[in-house]
Amino acid sequence: MIQDQEILTEFIIETNENLVRLNQDLVAIESRPKDTDLLASIFRTFHTIKGTTGFLGFSKLESLTHIAENVLSQVRNGERELTPELVSLILETADVVTAELAAIEATGQESGASTEDLRRRLRQFADQVPDRTADPAGDLTAEPSMNIEATFDSTMEPDAVADEPSQAQAAVSGPAAEAGMATKGPSLADSTIRVDVAMLDKLMNLVGELVLSRNQILQYAVRHADAALGATSQHLNLITTELQEGVMKTRMQPIGTVWNKLPRVVRDMANATHKQIKLEMDGAETELDRTIIEAIKDPLTHLLRNACDHGLETPAIRTADGKPSQGKLAMRAFHEGGHVNIEIADDGAGIDPKKVKNKAVSKGLIRADQAERMDDRDAIQLIFLPGFSTAEKVTNISGRGVGMDVVKTNVERIGGAVEVVSEKGRGTTVRIKIPLTLAIIPGLVVMSSGQRYVIPQVSLQELIRLEGDGIRKAIEKTGGSPVLRRRGHLLPLVYMNETLGLAPTDVRETLQVINIVVLQAEDRQFGLVVDSVLDTQEIVVKPLGQQLKKVDCFAGATIMGDGGVALILDVARVGRKAGVVLEREGGDAQQDQQRHSTDNTQTYLLFRAAGLRRAALPLAEVSRLEEFPRSSIEFTAGRPVIQYRGEILPLISLGRVLGAGHKDTAFQRDPVQAVVFRAGDRSVGLVVDEIIDIAADAIGEPPASAAGKGGVLRSTRIDKKVTDLIDLEALIESCGPSLLPELAQSLDALRAGVSEAWEQDQLMEVA
Amino acid sequence: MSALTIAPAEPRRFATFSVAEMFCGIDVAQVQEVLKYQEMTPVPLAPGVIQGLINLRGQIVTAVDLRRRFRLPERPADRKPMNMVLRCDGGAVSLLVDEIGDVVAVDGCEHEPPPSTMDAFHREAVEAVFKLDGKLLLALDTSKVLHIDGEL
Repeated sequence: MIQDQEILTEFIIETNENLVRLNQDLVAIESRPKDTDLLASIFRTFHTIKGTTGFLGFSKLESLTHIAENVLSQVRNGERELTPELVSLILETADVVTAELAAIEATGQESGASTEDLRRRLRQFADQVPDRTADPAGDLTAEPSMNIEATFDSTMEPDAVADEPSQAQAAVSGPAAEAGMATKGPSLADSTIRVDVAMLDKLMNLVGELVLSRNQILQYAVRHADAALGATSQHLNLITTELQEGVMKTRMQPIGTVWNKLPRVVRDMANATHKQIKLEMDGAETELDRTIIEAIKDPLTHLLRNACDHGLETPAIRTADGKPSQGKLAMRAFHEGGHVNIEIADDGAGIDPKKVKNKAVSKGLIRADQAERMDDRDAIQLIFLPGFSTAEKVTNISGRGVGMDVVKTNVERIGGAVEVVSEKGRGTTVRIKIPLTLAIIPGLVVMSSGQRYVIPQVSLQELIRLEGDGIRKAIEKTGGSPVLRRRGHLLPLVYMNETLGLAPTDVRETLQVINIVVLQAEDRQFGLVVDSVLDTQEIVVKPLGQQLKKVDCFAGATIMGDGGVALILDVARVGRKAGVVLEREGGDAQQDQQRHSTDNTQTYLLFRAAGLRRAALPLAEVSRLEEFPRSSIEFTAGRPVIQYRGEILPLISLGRVLGAGHKDTAFQRDPVQAVVFRAGDRSVGLVVDEIIDIAADAIGEPPASAAGKGGVLRSTRIDKKVTDLIDLEALIESCGPSLLPELAQSLDALRAGVSEAWEQDQLMEVA
Repeated sequence: MSALTIAPAEPRRFATFSVAEMFCGIDVAQVQEVLKYQEMTPVPLAPGVIQGLINLRGQIVTAVDLRRRFRLPERPADRKPMNMVLRCDGGAVSLLVDEIGDVVAVDGCEHEPPPSTMDAFHREAVEAVFKLDGKLLLALDTSKVLHIDGEL
């Protein structure tokens, strides 16, 4: 009985492997219908399945694969063409076999589902050939001829032999089902064994324990000056590291194991949507921990389906747009800095930000005024909101458009990130960044209120230490939300002791030294203030017990070198708890919405410009604060610009926009102060006289009469003082359409037309 | 109510311990081991009944203070609690108790459901009361004991 079970298990494993190869072969043979090696391989796979199912008494599978085999033998004998319809039929047969196999695995027997219809259609195919009927006896006699033919072909095409020696060898090596078994090759069987995945998981756990013990011994050895102990522990250290790497490698699988199934998905999608799609794959050998492979399987399939269904256009539309009628899907995987990047790029229609916005508004995900202020980049991120669908009509194929949020959630659950870049008319690229492994991660150990905590290295950006006066200079306190001015960028600060409820707020005033760990959570950065920073360490992530499931902020715990337990911070959740990372981010509008709905306050950047004593911009709109030497300002097409981070930053002076009655003094200063913000997909600098402060205030209803100066300014009260709030959208508009588009050309070309004298004039005039 | 899951044929055995004035027992089959006081790592933001995390030979175990769970007065600072480590579905959990007693075998007949006068807080976690010589043994239902609401 046990032996029967073993045979059955072996059969299921083997047949599943065969089916994977069958799917690959079938898709491949469509583009190379004359490839006899492929055909032989397909034929052999069916033959093997037929043989083993017959042996094990699965009569339904046996009869089904038998008919399929007959049809294939006709193709192989040159009696019929391998048409796409036939391939579809054979693929369908493979699907039925897969489904039956699942039933056998679950219940030990075939399912009750009838295969009569499929069998009939296969038989019809077989019967269409007049001089040959679906005769099992004939099939048996066909066996040797196939081998001869394959051998013959191999000798005729030396290339094919060189490419696939095992195939050729298999064809020669002979008859029937045994051949199928043997083809897996003596070389493979000699050098590899199958290992139960549970065994590998157990090994990984043990190695984790070993790493912890190693850490403890190393720490002990440091405290005790014993030469022999020191040497032994160093040796132990090296071996453990090597073992850890080795075991981790055993769990690594090439991403190709997931990708193998995708050509089939794309083929089916292309047929169903009447599109022509070419799938390119690069980096299939990139290796990942198997738990991660499991986790990204569904998100990848979903993204691919999305690209086929919504991304790529039909041949007619593509041709009309001047693109090749065949759409291209490119998948790429590569290692980068301890992470694996996976890209799925299509050359389809791209995502239309306007459509996305409209959809989001109509679905009530954002408000219309938020949509208006949102730039294209942020708009595209809206597709990650739950319940979003951009497809004009709902289709079965890509699951009704739900799921981008699920993709995001799944990827983030394993510590990864998803990013979408899209250009209308040119295509969409989805990038997924995921860690190599989950079990052992590098982390930074910090102290807070006398306890150690570990911060995963992935989230870590930099460490900043401030002392004495430096604290007061660098940290600005505004309405209870401290920010650090870091290279012109405002970084919100989170005091770890307070967020974890370990210390009252007033303690922060007394600190003489501040250690800031700059962290990246989702797409926001924030500074976590900790008591001290200890060191970095490889840590083994252990889950927290059931009772602690509801406690936010921690991703797990680990055991330190001295045997103590340290909690591992969940950076995103700490950020959320402190209010610096949003519950569900989706661009600034989402952020605004959060603010509206939760505490109804907004943070503003206050500055002086154009004779306004107190002007304000929502801080969320500001990307950076910059200072430029006045001499670095250049002019193109009559507008002041500056070369900034590899692009050309147009500078706007509020005084010029507002016109008469407003002094324009901003350009007179040296250095020139600029508030950099995004407009569309480009940065723009608003030149101001002086930055005053940052203030938080409730978002009040603006006074009815407030709109003035072409809508650019409106008076409001921020922090109890009258302030001119600037509407960036209106500001850009009033600069005219010429501000943005033409700047893409190179600065040199533009500069040629601008004389030095003119430049001087301009500055004078401005002054 | 007396139709409790007690096999009459075989007397049940309880690992006993005391918490404040209470004398309690947990089915030995659920007890993994008993440990003296261990250093603990507190978990910020966790419910108060959770005292911290213990490193039990490389396994991380949550320690639940039974005094707090039963809303009894706090343990005096000079009295270190003992760990009664239980096997649970989600991994091991340690109950912090005052003192560990013997393993007691009880005869299935001498038990009653918890009296209705008992504090509701205790009653929900007590499976049965066994009348031993001279004292009462409160048999705890560990799944109820370890069901911790966020508000505590």
